[in-house]
Amino acid sequence: MILKESQLLTLKGVSKNFGGLRAVNDLSLDVSKGYIYGLIGPNGAGKTTVFNLITGVYPCNSGSILLEDVTVTELKSYRIARLGISRTFQTIRLFPSMTTWENVLIGQNTLSKSGIRGILPIRRAQEVELRRQAQEALKVLGLWEMRDRKAVTLPYGNQRKVEIARAIAARPKLLLLDEPTAGMNIRETKDLLGVLSKIHELGITILVIEHDMRVVMGICDHIFVLNFGQKIAEGSPAEIRQNEEVLEAYLGKEE
Amino acid sequence: MLSSYQLDLLSNLGINILLALSVYCPMATGQLSIGNAGFMALGAYTSAILTVHLHLPLFLALIVGGIVAGIVGVLVGFPALRLKGIFLAMATLAFGEIVRNFFMNFLKPLTGGAYGFRGIGDTPISIVWIWGWVLFFLLFFFFLSRSRAGLAMLATHDDETVSELIGIHIVLLKVGAFGIGAFIAGVGGGLYAHYYLYIEPEFFNVWESIHMVLYVIMGGMLTFWGAVLGTMIFVLLPEFLRFLQDWRGAFFGVLIIGLMIARPSGIVTREMLRKDFWHPLRKGT
Repeated sequence: MILKESQLLTLKGVSKNFGGLRAVNDLSLDVSKGYIYGLIGPNGAGKTTVFNLITGVYPCNSGSILLEDVTVTELKSYRIARLGISRTFQTIRLFPSMTTWENVLIGQNTLSKSGIRGILPIRRAQEVELRRQAQEALKVLGLWEMRDRKAVTLPYGNQRKVEIARAIAARPKLLLLDEPTAGMNIRETKDLLGVLSKIHELGITILVIEHDMRVVMGICDHIFVLNFGQKIAEGSPAEIRQNEEVLEAYLGKEE
Repeated sequence: MLSSYQLDLLSNLGINILLALSVYCPMATGQLSIGNAGFMALGAYTSAILTVHLHLPLFLALIVGGIVAGIVGVLVGFPALRLKGIFLAMATLAFGEIVRNFFMNFLKPLTGGAYGFRGIGDTPISIVWIWGWVLFFLLFFFFLSRSRAGLAMLATHDDETVSELIGIHIVLLKVGAFGIGAFIAGVGGGLYAHYYLYIEPEFFNVWESIHMVLYVIMGGMLTFWGAVLGTMIFVLLPEFLRFLQDWRGAFFGVLIIGLMIARPSGIVTREMLRKDFWHPLRKGT
């Protein structure tokens, strides 16, 4: 049961067209602080587009997006990131020239206020705290031992974790995960579930796109179901499991 | 004491290190510029006009020359944001040619146009001037490479989309890097003018720009040490090969090809440096 006391993210009537295709259609979502949300739907339902709209990769055609009380609809990606939304990608996108440690450090760019002054060799209190958080992020994900290896040389499952570590190192308010278990085997998936609960315990609200129903039903407090760019259902895992429309969207209608 | 030949070689090396760094700076954010001879020309002509016609002190003239080049660099940097790779290279190449032609045809009463700008001071500036600036910029890049700003540049070089999504202001970073590169080229140009005491537009042609790029590619694009080492090889090695006489040029060419095969991403890579130099960002706490 979701208590709607502290609203974190609000989408109001958001639409996005690609040419003649309506990828997202009049979508409204409410995300409250402190829960894990699932965003599910068949392939091509517009889930990743929703992430791209929230993070400012694409502009919305209509509607508005709010983070707490701030309207982020018109903001550039880097400013939205600095307000506390971070994400991972469906296909892993790590910085190939960097080690694991550096990949995580750069994820804190949103918090480091040093700017050009940061060039001076002064270790400030903020920097010490950031290093500690980066270290914690790596330890939560179980990557600490591999911190000095080039991130792109790690095994696939660990690369996904580096991406997540990069996203949480800045302690975002909202973490958007785009199919975190894609391409993982059962053991890696199970491992990741534990990691997600740990991230949740850090006080980070999560919105996750996922195809693996065991993951979705296992960890989500609340689920949004998308089909053809529209929200066709939302509710607790138990409610979604029995929803006629959802079954129809996934399995087709019985003749 | 060093002989005048050695001093001349070292001065030449110092100026070329500055020029290599001017290419390295935008390249570190993923921007290839083959128009830096244009920025060099802007700095050279501006500073020379200031010392010869307005009798400004050299230091001030060098700074102003650098700033003029830097401002033009920022102005070029904005349209450059829309271009990538080979297209950006073409645009910057065209920019360099514009500057060269500008000094060929305009400001002739001040600069002599195609006849060349003569009488820039009576004696060449001392090597201390040149290496003072080299040292300054080496320190700048040293601290930059160990800072979060340096890491943000590398991120932008690797993946601009993701960089923006983790909160990096890539427009500021890329235009800034382009502008700083232009500033360095401008200062290098000013030093060049006051060391050789004579400049003409033809000095700042495409070949000059290409040399700067080659130093960086050869030495390794992702660290400023690469730019320094690449320049040292290009400037010093031909001197050591003088004993080969007529074969010198050919042998040098073969050597370059060999090096590129052996180390396709440049001589100095980040992995090499990480062990010794990279610790500030590596240490956990």
